[in-house]
Amino acid sequence: MKDARARRPVRVLHAIHAAAVAVAAAALVWVVSHGVAQPVNALAFGAFIAVGELARWGAVPGEREPAPLGAAGALAYALLGECAGQPTGHGAFQVVAVVVAGALVGAVPHVARGQGPALDHVARRVLTVGFAAVCFQPLYVSGELGLWLGQGPYYALFLLVLLVLTALCDAVLAAVMLRAHTGHPFGPLLRDELRALPGIGSAVGATGAVMALAVAVAGLWALPVFCVPLLLTQLSFRRYAAVRATYGQTIASLARATEVAGYTRQGHARRVAELSTAVGREMGLSGPDLTLLEYAALMHDIGQLSLVDPVPDGATASLPPAEQRRIALLGGAVVRRTGVPPAVAAVVEQQADPYRDQPLAARIVRAVNAYDDLAGGSGGRAGGALAALEQLRLGTGHDYQPEVVESLARVLGRVLV
Amino acid sequence: MTAIPAAARAYILAVILCAAVAAAPVAVPAAVVPWPTVLLLAALYAGGELPARRRDGDDSAPVGAGTFFPVLLAAAFLLPPAAAALVPVPGALLGRVDGPPAGVRRTWRAARLALATWGAAHAYLLLGGERTPRAPDFPYALVPALAGSLVCCLLLTVLDGGIRATAVGVPPPRSGRWGRVPPPAVRRALSGSAAPHCVHGLAGLMMAVLWGSSYGPFSALFVLLPMYISCWIFAQYHRERAAHQATIRALVQAVDIKDRYTRGHSERVGRASVLIARELSMEEERLEVVRFAGILHDVGKLGVPTRVLRKEGPLTPEERRVIELHPEYGHEMVRGIGFLGEARAAILHHHERMDGSGYPYGLVGHQIPEFARVVAVADAFDAMTSTRSYRRARPVPVALRELERCAGTQFDPRMVRALARALERHGWQTSVTSDEAVPMGPPRTPQSPGAGASHQIRTG
Repeated sequence: MKDARARRPVRVLHAIHAAAVAVAAAALVWVVSHGVAQPVNALAFGAFIAVGELARWGAVPGEREPAPLGAAGALAYALLGECAGQPTGHGAFQVVAVVVAGALVGAVPHVARGQGPALDHVARRVLTVGFAAVCFQPLYVSGELGLWLGQGPYYALFLLVLLVLTALCDAVLAAVMLRAHTGHPFGPLLRDELRALPGIGSAVGATGAVMALAVAVAGLWALPVFCVPLLLTQLSFRRYAAVRATYGQTIASLARATEVAGYTRQGHARRVAELSTAVGREMGLSGPDLTLLEYAALMHDIGQLSLVDPVPDGATASLPPAEQRRIALLGGAVVRRTGVPPAVAAVVEQQADPYRDQPLAARIVRAVNAYDDLAGGSGGRAGGALAALEQLRLGTGHDYQPEVVESLARVLGRVLV
Repeated sequence: MTAIPAAARAYILAVILCAAVAAAPVAVPAAVVPWPTVLLLAALYAGGELPARRRDGDDSAPVGAGTFFPVLLAAAFLLPPAAAALVPVPGALLGRVDGPPAGVRRTWRAARLALATWGAAHAYLLLGGERTPRAPDFPYALVPALAGSLVCCLLLTVLDGGIRATAVGVPPPRSGRWGRVPPPAVRRALSGSAAPHCVHGLAGLMMAVLWGSSYGPFSALFVLLPMYISCWIFAQYHRERAAHQATIRALVQAVDIKDRYTRGHSERVGRASVLIARELSMEEERLEVVRFAGILHDVGKLGVPTRVLRKEGPLTPEERRVIELHPEYGHEMVRGIGFLGEARAAILHHHERMDGSGYPYGLVGHQIPEFARVVAVADAFDAMTSTRSYRRARPVPVALRELERCAGTQFDPRMVRALARALERHGWQTSVTSDEAVPMGPPRTPQSPGAGASHQIRTG
């Protein structure tokens, strides 16, 4: 059963790639057989997209939109009606062909340096831009759009609506692909993607629309001039991502303090954090909730630093409840002094309470921590894991929430097999 | 704080009068003022400034000032100068202020923005930009637009320089309590803000072009979205950065939990390390790293059993060996923190001695990383000048003499000399504890050279 579950998402991924390749091939064939309409526009946008793809350099892994300029240029070409007051007629196929050509040319230096082009990103780009172009170009080329909306504010509004639809389409695609890669449940992934839309995604969309309109008014010069604010946005995002990464490292180091001090076993904090986030995702948490859970899990043992003598093996799960609660309160006091949100400190403080009094994050941390203590941190040995799970199940009356324990069992089932 | 010096009062009044004169042509009956555009732009600016400033009132992270700055520049490109000067006024008057004389601050802000917008509009017209929004001919249209935004930037910088000079004289701290010493030079402020103003100028030009096009003002709003998002993310960046620094403090305080009598020691070592490094004219980024090296140098004490750390009286050789493991523990702990860079080596080697008799590796002379030599001197200096449970603090000159005596065998003489010079220049206070906010850098009042005897030593 597990195999079937694993294979289906990968098949989805293949299907998406195949669709992108088919769309791109059809577009190229069409352009070759019909010739290029307005070659200057096509060249300008193609070059712009290629340069935009180059900006992938220095992207942090996992960055949501590593080449925003390329994306904005592609969207602008898909939504381009007039150019300096002259109507265009390039149509949806040419849009896709130019985007593909631009992306391929832009990928050459990356390939030359040995980093293959991110296939997923290119497939996503082709499909979303294709979507926008198919929605817009036929309406525009046939003249229907001009008849309905004219060249006024309604036209701009229409572009806005199209952009929102495109963004939704992109979010769904991204979530499907992530699901295929990670096997996490689809709902929270989609929620994550939707929540991220107001970020770089909307900046890209707005810049695409602005460039389409500005090229309509002012001609192709609008392209290089008006992409500058987006570059600024990309820079801000990179800096933010960098400081976030550093912050994460520092929190992990703070969490390791208890290990170096000999209060807890090697890697305990990291294991609890990884397992907790996996369980949290399994239970439908996403975005900031997951971050909160991760930080709380990393720092849950920090209160032990206040103990004059270490608990044997740091296994708080086997201490009397009053002592557990005291350590939890001490930990909360330390965590409150860090810059993490107060909710993290609250989770750390409540980690030893009966599960009915706890927030979900604290329930997860409690169960996972107990699991790691009981399983002896072996991780690999299925026997210890099963015995530990069994012991957690016995405690579901009072200490551990049954749903959390079951989610933990499912996550472990995936990891251990 | 509430009292405003007379010079500043006169200056503000003069600027307000100038702004009023600049906007006066609007009141002339014959003036042609596109009032709908003025009102729309003013409302847009005010509407943009309000939520941006009011969000998270408790939080000092600067929500990127000037998210809606392109609106002002678009106004300068679209309207006659006098009318453009009116656009920032409602937003500036309604926005949140940071300090107590709210009325004065608001009026000042309005006058300053009005003058800057007015100047930008004039520069734009002078260079023949008046036709641009209707029939933009690129690339020439860029010239007046960029000139306008640069004039705006220049005016703002000059006006701010004036208020700084006439008011208290102390510029408001630019970054948080861990930030750098604010660069007071107007030149640096100018070069720092010219590039953002040019970006704002391009966005303003884009707004003006779309505003005047058949797509109307609504399409001009699209331009603001990327600007808003980058300002928002910039504010997030600052918040995250502050949180990160608080977490590093927590790492230090975790040491305090175990080793009580070193309270504040880490912060002071960080401060002294920066003094030394600045004296050696290291670059600004390395100063930041050396500060962290000083602050975190003893973080490995977390790994030493609390009983040993708190033990009164002489240590057994076994206990001494355990304590001497702390540089390695510390290095192990901060191994994963990428940005610490050189500071990690400093944490590992801050107990090495120049003659090779130190620990953990017994490195000699320049084998010891530079930062470790800095931190070693700062550490010893603070240990001598602060009160410990087993002895009283020594005066600064005595400590310096002691350091000089050990220079060459234990310490790098270069670092000791640098510390002595820095202390002559800036003085030293030992009263900072890790619980209070640390004002970064020494007090800015320079002391006359040779005022060594006037160093105040307050132990806390």
